[in-house]
Amino acid sequence: MSLVERLEAAKRSGDFQALFDIVPYSRFLGLSGRMEGDELITTMKFSQDLIGNPALPALHGGTLGALLESSAIFELLWRAETIVLPKTITFTVDYLRSGAPVDTHARSVVTRHGRRVANVRVEAWQTDRKTPVATAHAIFLVMREGT
Amino acid sequence: MASDDKPVRPSRGFVDAIPHNKALGLKVVSFQRAEAIFELPYDEKLIGNPDTGVLHGGAITALLDACSGAAVFAALTEWQPIATLDLRIDYLRAGDVGRTIRAKATCYRLTRNVAFTRAIAYHEDEADPIASSMGTFMLGTKAAPAAKKMETP
Repeated sequence: MSLVERLEAAKRSGDFQALFDIVPYSRFLGLSGRMEGDELITTMKFSQDLIGNPALPALHGGTLGALLESSAIFELLWRAETIVLPKTITFTVDYLRSGAPVDTHARSVVTRHGRRVANVRVEAWQTDRKTPVATAHAIFLVMREGT
Repeated sequence: MASDDKPVRPSRGFVDAIPHNKALGLKVVSFQRAEAIFELPYDEKLIGNPDTGVLHGGAITALLDACSGAAVFAALTEWQPIATLDLRIDYLRAGDVGRTIRAKATCYRLTRNVAFTRAIAYHEDEADPIASSMGTFMLGTKAAPAAKKMETP
């Protein structure tokens, strides 16, 4: 099965973990997904391999960026009627506070979904959702190959 | 590589002392006045699209973040803790499967509180970049004593 077929099968069965496990990099980061109400929450399980500053200790900025980007991509995959693999055009992260060595959660909102481009806002938090550790906005190319 | 007036030489410490850089398999290629070059060898665990084998954008984000931070340290004359304020990455093309990605970051402006960086990611030819980025870093953030270990190569 192609990636798109596997993603479609995972979506049909409502199996979030399958959706995440299809992507090797998501497994590398320890990502999982679940629905809370109508929100798709992506969680990056803490592991020592995610540390960027062992002295504080704090998560590596790259891991937070990758979580935010992954959340945005899964949001687009989950919400889309027909799956098109989103290609990141531009990705901007604001780092608001250092990431503690605990699980980190992210959720995305698609602010605009056009024919060619989708704009997505993302936020990541740890214990308290009201104090995000990082936010991002991303712009994706969402066109089918060859169209 | 390091000049006499520049005591900050983290070099290999950037990988050995930073678990996530190690997990990614990053390598420090060079580290000199206000510039850092890192390499991310191709690794299957970092794939974003299993159909094509192209690496995930997140791995390139992590590479550019780490390399840009190193460029700030390379610009500082005195060690101080830093924190990324923001990082914008433009993805210009997909990386080639199986090839190492190199990042070159420059700290082009250093003020008392903030450092400004730009970086590009490419395979071998800087004129054919995979991604480019701009970053800002806060200087003199919360002290982190053990991170001083990075000072010694």
